[in-house]
Amino acid sequence: MIKIVHYINQFYAGIGGEEMAHVGPCKMDVIPPVSKAFTAAWKGEAEVVATIYCGDSYFAEQTDKALAEICELIKSVGGEMLICGPAFNAGRYGFACGNVAAAVKAQMGIPTLTGMYEENPGTDYKNKTIIVPTANSAAGMRKAVAAMAPLALKLAKGEELGPYYEEGYMYTGIRKNMFEEEIGAKRAVKMMLKKLAGEPFITEFPMPSFDRVAPNPAVKDISKATVALCTSGGIVPKGNPDHIESSSASHYGKYDIEGVMDLTEETYETAHGGYDPVYANQDADRVLPVDIMRDLEKEGKIGKLHRYFYTTVGNGTAVASAKKFAAEYSKELVADGVDAVIMTST
Amino acid sequence: MKLELGLIHVTDLQFGDVSKVEDHVVYINQEDIKNLILEDETIESVELHIAKPGESVRITPVKDVVEPRVKVSGNGGVFPGWTHKVDRVGEGRTHVLKGMACMTIGKIVGFQEGIIDMTGEGAKYTPFSQTLNFIMDIKPIEGLKQHDYEKAVRTANLKVSTFIGELARNVEPDEIEVYEHDNVLEGMKKYPDLPRVGYVLMLQSQGLLHDTYVYGVDAKQSLTTIIGPTELFDGAIVSGNCVSACDKNPTYIHENNPVITELLKEHGKTLNFVGVIITNENVYLADKMRSSDWSAKLCEFLGLDGAVISQEGFGNPDTDLIMNCRKIEAVGVKTVLITDEYAGQDGASQSLADATPEADAVVTGGNANVVIHLPKLDKVIGYTEYVDKIAGGWSGSLQPDGSIIAELQVITSATNEQGFNKLSAR
Repeated sequence: MIKIVHYINQFYAGIGGEEMAHVGPCKMDVIPPVSKAFTAAWKGEAEVVATIYCGDSYFAEQTDKALAEICELIKSVGGEMLICGPAFNAGRYGFACGNVAAAVKAQMGIPTLTGMYEENPGTDYKNKTIIVPTANSAAGMRKAVAAMAPLALKLAKGEELGPYYEEGYMYTGIRKNMFEEEIGAKRAVKMMLKKLAGEPFITEFPMPSFDRVAPNPAVKDISKATVALCTSGGIVPKGNPDHIESSSASHYGKYDIEGVMDLTEETYETAHGGYDPVYANQDADRVLPVDIMRDLEKEGKIGKLHRYFYTTVGNGTAVASAKKFAAEYSKELVADGVDAVIMTST
Repeated sequence: MKLELGLIHVTDLQFGDVSKVEDHVVYINQEDIKNLILEDETIESVELHIAKPGESVRITPVKDVVEPRVKVSGNGGVFPGWTHKVDRVGEGRTHVLKGMACMTIGKIVGFQEGIIDMTGEGAKYTPFSQTLNFIMDIKPIEGLKQHDYEKAVRTANLKVSTFIGELARNVEPDEIEVYEHDNVLEGMKKYPDLPRVGYVLMLQSQGLLHDTYVYGVDAKQSLTTIIGPTELFDGAIVSGNCVSACDKNPTYIHENNPVITELLKEHGKTLNFVGVIITNENVYLADKMRSSDWSAKLCEFLGLDGAVISQEGFGNPDTDLIMNCRKIEAVGVKTVLITDEYAGQDGASQSLADATPEADAVVTGGNANVVIHLPKLDKVIGYTEYVDKIAGGWSGSLQPDGSIIAELQVITSATNEQGFNKLSAR
């Protein structure tokens, strides 16, 4: 029987919710129901020999340490494969599942697989591990197990998976050569006939998608315009009151800068974990230039600086999340009569 | 417009006292060939070789590959503008020595010429491991510039292929393939209900040893234009290319253009094959803009419903491919692209240098960056010292034991972008 290790978070381990997210990796004494569901699906060919849980915050805040501990636990039980999740649409859990699966595969050389919703930021790891798409909530658990279990078994047996569109995992973007039955020209003509007839066809190379945004026309009179500052550089009031994650942010912050003339070391800092924070923490204006904007306001070069700034961390944050944040707060900006936005990155 | 291809299946290739084709065997008198090649004063010497499928033979660095053909009836002669005067071809009957190929090797540029293995791992990828190969190792006179050398070698192969093709003039073909197409008006009347499909054939024309010739004209100096499908079968398009071996189109593949062949087979059945648009892949942006505008315009003028677009080369021409796709889709013509990929040795990098959402139907010839191991073979025809330098090789590709570790791109025609092969990627 193939020995498989299962990684889950504190919630699925029955330890608790957000209040218990700080707990470190631990092997469960009793195999939980979610793990048993996988064992049942493998019908005696494989079983979950150990379930490891870890708090989502613990993992996010000390990823390397958590990973080392998780690898140790897998070794101690002789795990031949690792499955993680499913994480559905839980952002940090998805991030942990993707990260653990990718790292364990790379570091321990054993096959790994996870499952999550297609818009979960953890899908960023789909080129580093096999990710099976699931529903966006735990209501889809039964279906998720049914989809993940057979693929996990194949991988555990060392079998090569077929193409993503046949096996049902997410497109990995890792290109593999293979021989087709027919020559390329014949395949092209067949594809053409299908495309012309409006019938479904599968492209052999899905184009990378770029979300191109057409620039707005120039602001007519900037000296009368209300200008807002926004950033993906992670600038937040000292202490990061809304706990914006240092990586793969699940939310953004909105902060009042009425009367603030300058961002100082005592009042602001960055939450961003993707660059050396020393200079941003010394003077956060370097990322979010409130001081310069105040000068321009005084000199009459802009109408005024908007009262609020919006901020998040761009580090490893999925495009889908970033898009969602902006879709929300851009409505507020418009409603507040903002004419222009300066978006700073790092 | 009708062209008959009379195929003579060649079962063996040998040197002999008299050059002739007899009982499916091609005999070549070495003096005939040497005299022909040495007419060119820029060529100092030539050595001739034969390599057969399954033999433990490696051929490198391969430049062009040509299929010998002869025009037995109808207008003009093969390779117009080169070995025959410029005169319209593509109708009547042409005899083909099927199963053999003439290839040139030599030191030449030493960067982008390929490897052909007749057995082993490499043989799986090149179509020319399946042909009886007549190989000319051509040495230039001292001090000959590279582009003059390329021209000399290209011309030599066309002359020799014409000479060998001529041997098949009076041989009874084993098989006759008939390729027929209609003019725009006839096609429209005959098949009013079939989708109108065209073919946009992109020709490598970046210059500096990256050239293609149409009836003798350098494609980089030509506007995008229309050519009859069967004209290619008579050698109207000739390769003068030293781009990466895996995805340049040797003259052999132009003569056997698989997209044209497939579209002609389907003509009148599932589609109405309206015509072939040839366009170039120049390096200047203005040229790219003009040529892709012109491709789209011609697709529109011909009232196409769909166009298959094939590429040649990679990197810079990816932009031409994507511009063609975007502009042709923009005039309401649906596209299918044929390309190949440079996704890195691990397959994780972006495959093309450019992309567009309109390119939703793509056929790929595979990832050319994949590393392959070619075993040592008993005999080398040519020079393996270039293996470390050709595109796809690196310092140390040639192992001390004579085996080779290199990227797939070193193999001649391995990831062909006219869809000549079965290799693909997912």
